[in-house]
Amino acid sequence: MTVADERLARTGAARRLLVRPELGAVVGAVAVFAFFASQSATFRSIEGVANWLDPASTLGIMAVAIALLMIGGEFDLSAGVLTGTTGLIMVILATRYGLSVWTAMLVSLAAALLVGFLNGLIVVRTGLPSFIVTLGTFLMLQGVNLGVTKALTGTVQVGGLRGAEGYEGARALLAGTVQVGGTDFRVAVLWWLGVTALATWVLMRTRAGNRIFAVGGDARAARAAGVPAERTKIALFMTAAVAAWLVGSILALRFTSVQANSGIGQEFVYIIAAVIGGCLLTGGYGSAIGAAIGAVIFGMADKGIVFAGWDADWFTFFLGAMLLLATLANRLVRRYAEEVRR
Amino acid sequence: MTGTDGVPADAARGGPPPGGPGPEIVAADPGTGRAAQAAPPLLEVRAVGKTFGGVIALRDVSTRVCQGEVTCVLGDNGAGKSTLIKILSGMHAPDSGEYLLDGAPAAFTSPRDAMDQGIATVYQDLAMIPLMSVWRNFFLGSEPVLGRGPLRRFDVAGARRVVREELRSMGIDIRDVDQPMGTLSGGERQSVAIARAVHFGARVLILDEPTSALGVKQAGVVLRYIAQARDRGLGVVFITHNPHHAYPIGDRFLLLNRGTSLGEYGKAGITREELTSLMAGGTELERLAHELDRGEPPGPAYP
Ligand SMILES: Nc1ncnc2c1ncn2[C@@H]1O[C@H](COP(=O)(O)OP(=O)(O)O)[C@@H](O)[C@H]1O
Ligand SMILES: [Mg+2]
Repeated sequence: MTVADERLARTGAARRLLVRPELGAVVGAVAVFAFFASQSATFRSIEGVANWLDPASTLGIMAVAIALLMIGGEFDLSAGVLTGTTGLIMVILATRYGLSVWTAMLVSLAAALLVGFLNGLIVVRTGLPSFIVTLGTFLMLQGVNLGVTKALTGTVQVGGLRGAEGYEGARALLAGTVQVGGTDFRVAVLWWLGVTALATWVLMRTRAGNRIFAVGGDARAARAAGVPAERTKIALFMTAAVAAWLVGSILALRFTSVQANSGIGQEFVYIIAAVIGGCLLTGGYGSAIGAAIGAVIFGMADKGIVFAGWDADWFTFFLGAMLLLATLANRLVRRYAEEVRR
Repeated sequence: MTGTDGVPADAARGGPPPGGPGPEIVAADPGTGRAAQAAPPLLEVRAVGKTFGGVIALRDVSTRVCQGEVTCVLGDNGAGKSTLIKILSGMHAPDSGEYLLDGAPAAFTSPRDAMDQGIATVYQDLAMIPLMSVWRNFFLGSEPVLGRGPLRRFDVAGARRVVREELRSMGIDIRDVDQPMGTLSGGERQSVAIARAVHFGARVLILDEPTSALGVKQAGVVLRYIAQARDRGLGVVFITHNPHHAYPIGDRFLLLNRGTSLGEYGKAGITREELTSLMAGGTELERLAHELDRGEPPGPAYP
């Protein structure tokens, strides 16, 4: 009664490993590390590691959240500018309206949740591509950030968070440092590891994770199987917004001021890190760990170019090359799944 | 291929067709005779209709599904087969007519709602999710969990084990439940979907053209699983446009054409040849044969 099928034979162990979403990112990270480590002794020292893990951490938190959203089949172009919006709300409320930093953070969290909810609601209700919907949100938030900042301060930044009530505590929690082996690491690295672990657990070990893969793989089929596709997608947009709030708060507390154009341009970096980490642009496939590793590649390249004494202009060239390689690798995965589909 | 215990005796089922029902095709009248002596059908629709904007997809169609029986819905492309099963599965609400579940009026708000009442559907255009593994697909929407509160988690090990056991118990040989659904053959995917419905305690299993994209051998395999589901006491609605797939397994045949019913026949009331000729648009095909006989150029191409 066996269904003999020659196609089954192809699922060898090597092939199985090949379709792990993180594989490309791991190989890329090892190669990039080896390359810069051979160029610069500082890069491979523990201080160097702490140095390049710093940009990797804040980017990584966002990349992981965006990866979840992309696995769920959607994009969020407003996530970058939202890190600026949440930071601005927090600093303005804490420095100009006398709120404590904690209360100001709660208010900016509520604002972020609202933006995420609206993004999600518009996408699932209208059926418009999230690329367009969140591009709209992105432009609107960009305008609000600039307009409100200028109206309140006459400049394009708000600062002075250091004097606000609760600053020290919040800074220690989100923007402080922890000593590991005599070297100071940013506490954001811990947040990033925590977020990655949590996201991986949700994806691989919970109901919600199964449903995220499903709505991204085929939303209509998921709905027919009884998955609440709308709710799942809205929750993913809200998750991305919460991540933006966390990163916005971390950066605001670290610099004690926020530029009105903060976060703009980062939205694509998040997507690129997620794609390098194995996320398909078409949804339904990807990994949180992969996205976190994608962020590490960014951090290493960002700092490595400086350590190696090169012109930082080469960074974007490097970025583009990584992205192309990663998408090509992903396409192989996709083709593998598609070609044997019937 | 015989019924299991507890299956209501039904005139249309079991024994060979009585010798010589005559060439005349007698439409079985749903709602008379056998309903009186047996339990009400698991599921029944009476004169249901559905329009999409200006298109009448379905008009005045009645049929029923009984426990341990296979109701076949036959019709050409666009006949309204998928529309009918989307009504049965709670995806569309009928615009007119009645829907009875266990003899009582029912109205579903969603496929989930119908699923909770034991109606499982394998859609033609909504296959499983190709990039997800077999076990993840199997439990999609009804994932078993362990623990409570924030520690509530998908029972991954349990899910894998159950899928392996269920597939084995139906004789479905899939080497690795971790492989992506998209790497299975069409027949295997249908088989997994049937095993899934059986596992979740479906009482009615609706299959939309499960054999249409398959080769002869694979179609046979799927038909065997349909028979197994039936023998386990499920009522099966089997949609197909192939009378050769329908006849061996069907207890009841509903023929649709352009959204209306051409009649519902019990197995005793129709022969395979009659079913085939009805399906092929009988007279049309004869005319074509005549045309070809006389060496006239064939008219429009028939698929
Ligand atoms: N959602 C819909 N919107 C508009 N027309 C539809 C829709 N679904 C089906 N139809 C139309 O209803 C008719 C019957 O379709 P369908 O039930 O899919 O036929 P079958 O499954 O027998 O091939 C077709 O003419 C089809 O175009
Ligand atoms: Mg159809």
